[in-house]
Amino acid sequence: MTTTETPKTVLAPTRGARFTGAAANYIDERTSISGLVKELGRKIFPDHWSFMLGEVALYSFIVILLTGTFLTFFFQASMADVTYAGSYIPLKGVDMSAAMNSTLNISFDIRGGLLMRQVHHWAALLFVASIGLHMLRIYFTGAFRKPRELNWLIGFVLFVLAMAEGFTGYSLPDDLLSGNGLRIIDGLVKGLPVIGTWTSYLLFGGEFPGTAIVGRLYTLHILLLPAILVAALGIHLVLLVINKHTQFAGPGKTNDNVVGVPIMPVFAAKAGGFFFIVFGVIVLIASFFTINPIWTYGPYDPSPVSAGTQPDWYIGFADGALRLVPSDWGFMIGPWTFSLNIVAPVLVLGLFIVAVAIYPFIEGWVTGDKREHHIADRPRNAPTRTAIGAAGVTFYAVLWAAASSDLIATHFGLTIEGVITTLQYLLIFGPIVAYLVTKRICLGLMKKDREIALHGYESGRIVRLPGGEYIEVHEQLSDYERWRLISYDDYKPLMLRPDAKGRISVTERLRAAMSNWFFEDRIAPVTRAELEQAHHSGHGAIEAAPESEPAQLH
Amino acid sequence: MAQHGDGVTAPEGDAVHGSAVTTALAVSHQTVESPGTAVVPTDPVINPGFPPHNPRMTDLYPEKAARAARQVAILFYISIIGSIFAVAAYVAFPIVPGDPGSIRINNALLGIGITLGLLGIGLGAVHWAKQLMREDESVELRHGTRGTDATREKAVEVFTLGNNESGIGRRSLIRNSLIGALVLTPVPAVALFRDLAPAANPVPLLQHTMWKKGTRLTRDPDGTAVKATDVTLGSAFHIIPEGLNDREDALEQKAKAAVLLMRLRPEDLHVSEARKGWNYEGIVAYSKICTHVGCPVALYEQQTHHLLCPCHQSQFDITHEAKVIFGPARRPLPQLPITIDSEGYLVAQSDFHEPVGPDFWEREL
Repeated sequence: MTTTETPKTVLAPTRGARFTGAAANYIDERTSISGLVKELGRKIFPDHWSFMLGEVALYSFIVILLTGTFLTFFFQASMADVTYAGSYIPLKGVDMSAAMNSTLNISFDIRGGLLMRQVHHWAALLFVASIGLHMLRIYFTGAFRKPRELNWLIGFVLFVLAMAEGFTGYSLPDDLLSGNGLRIIDGLVKGLPVIGTWTSYLLFGGEFPGTAIVGRLYTLHILLLPAILVAALGIHLVLLVINKHTQFAGPGKTNDNVVGVPIMPVFAAKAGGFFFIVFGVIVLIASFFTINPIWTYGPYDPSPVSAGTQPDWYIGFADGALRLVPSDWGFMIGPWTFSLNIVAPVLVLGLFIVAVAIYPFIEGWVTGDKREHHIADRPRNAPTRTAIGAAGVTFYAVLWAAASSDLIATHFGLTIEGVITTLQYLLIFGPIVAYLVTKRICLGLMKKDREIALHGYESGRIVRLPGGEYIEVHEQLSDYERWRLISYDDYKPLMLRPDAKGRISVTERLRAAMSNWFFEDRIAPVTRAELEQAHHSGHGAIEAAPESEPAQLH
Repeated sequence: MAQHGDGVTAPEGDAVHGSAVTTALAVSHQTVESPGTAVVPTDPVINPGFPPHNPRMTDLYPEKAARAARQVAILFYISIIGSIFAVAAYVAFPIVPGDPGSIRINNALLGIGITLGLLGIGLGAVHWAKQLMREDESVELRHGTRGTDATREKAVEVFTLGNNESGIGRRSLIRNSLIGALVLTPVPAVALFRDLAPAANPVPLLQHTMWKKGTRLTRDPDGTAVKATDVTLGSAFHIIPEGLNDREDALEQKAKAAVLLMRLRPEDLHVSEARKGWNYEGIVAYSKICTHVGCPVALYEQQTHHLLCPCHQSQFDITHEAKVIFGPARRPLPQLPITIDSEGYLVAQSDFHEPVGPDFWEREL
């Protein structure tokens, strides 16, 4: 392979090269950028399809910024009353807010406006979805372990910000559905103990719906939240560079190296190309699939609502939580109303989200492992973590399904009561079942891996031995294949021991209990001795078979 | 060191005391990170090292490489064509007012052009990287994330110097008064947000609606009055108070005052003693604003006389004074007492006797 330096030194510089050189020199003399290029230009980036999920999030965010900027040139964040006079005939002469009016104009009177709106909305949906999948990837491969706990936390903040961005953006057109969404937020906020009434009053600038909320959400949507998001994203990426990317276990890959492609040129080409692919796919979807057709809903009015209305997918879990509360949850404390039907789902969601945010610290505390981890786990090799994750996913999925309880009932011809009651049970028992099943599957897979690593895999080749016995030949893995199966971290439960003062603290007891829960079922990785022994006895088995046969005949 | 190798517990960091940071850095100086409860294998299988590299077709056959290069260039040309096509479509297919088809065509053609412009570059670049760029994996060594001991010593020195030269650790009067001042500075900013909402207390606003004695029940949205004789058995009307549409705050009022009007057979109604005179010959009026989180309870089931909220599926039984029979709502829908005026139009006897809509802390009922 030739290096890029060769032409610079040997050949007489062409005109293009002279220009590039002069430009590079100009910039470097003013920015010292050569240091940065030297440091980062050949940084190694591991390759795996699942590492692209975060990239999808990043690229869809860029698409959101680009299209969102276009939309701001035409959108009017005002709830002033206007009469629609645009091209969409069915709404001609209808009174609506300036926000709704300008959104309709973007859709119907500005060429490409509808496309940009739809690209913006689809990209937003993809943004939240890809962050969610990216988080699941990080979780299930243990990529949140030291030194990446803080970056997990920042990523979590990004996820929350993305949902907040989504919700504020969804509310801006001031159409019937978004207004109804705001009504739900208003009711939710009002139900909070002590602060509810005033919080809603301040948020909406008076009674619901008021004339302030769209303008305020707009400021949050295009200024405050994006500013925080971009800052957090910047830190997220800087920490990514500092920590370097994780990699999956593989031959030659260790905890102390990074194996992959250099940023210049391969990663830059692949990642840059991937940006265009993500962008292109979003535009393609937006060209042919309508999203949020506000013109069919009409302007906001507190009175009508159509059945089967739903929030954007990422708010679904919160809406589902509201739906699953049984009747009559609430009570009076003296003269005050305590709305448990609001407080309970808010608390449950709050605890769920906090649990997600602090999980890396809990696991770190339980294992007490202070080493850096750069090899991503295969999910099966951390059975308890994977099972907890499956339980969390199930919990989320049930809440999410609950947000469509009415549609589930109508589509499958079920009663709404039956669907809700089933989901209520599923919310509690589903995660438990998912936990148990997943843990068993993981342990089973680990056993299978161990078996294959030691004794090889079934080749499907049946051999008849001279004595007449049939055996299936087991093929051994190559050392490279085997390494992927057997290189993982193994933990054992914590042994409780008294501290220097001869006492066992409560936290240490808790830690031991959790450690036991995490690691009491464990499949130890294959050791060298076991491997050598298996190879010897394995070869022996085939050779010994004819000798053992007469014994069976007797 | 801790008892059983569970790691060094660094002292709690105190942001104010530079000295605490100093000790935290100094203590973890030169320690090997504890593996905790991890089992450090004594007899591990040895990493076999990198597998042999398999060259690609494009590495082995120059003609394959040339073909791949042509493909990459073709993809880039497709991108150029797509971008030009998008501009052409923008000009050639304008939006014709009143013709929804023109919007669809504009959207689709512009979208296809931009899509090709983007995908051409994207697929071309990835194809180039995968087929033609050097593909064997490179290796880079990781170094611990923590700074080197020398760097950390320097950092400690900076903090120590900062502490010594400013005296922030020593001069507790200055330090504590500064903390007090910093804590209080955001308070004016918080106070400034009071005027996000008007001065008036929201609670009385939430406890009353536009309805008062003699207000006619009118149809939503056109505002025409309803006679008792219009309301046939089994029918349901969406109702707003008379004069609502003329008000500046029509939406705010409507969000509280919207009502559903239904006529049932009087014998189907189970009326409590206190509400004896609240219906008019089986015509009942209930708040349309759900007591859960305020969606309009817009779905009326004629046969069972149940009202269903489409948002969260709370169900109310109109025959039993709108009590909750399913779903997350906690309270029945408030009933509007109605009667007829001298001309036979339905009117309210009074406002609702309790606040309508979602629960709130100061509701008192």
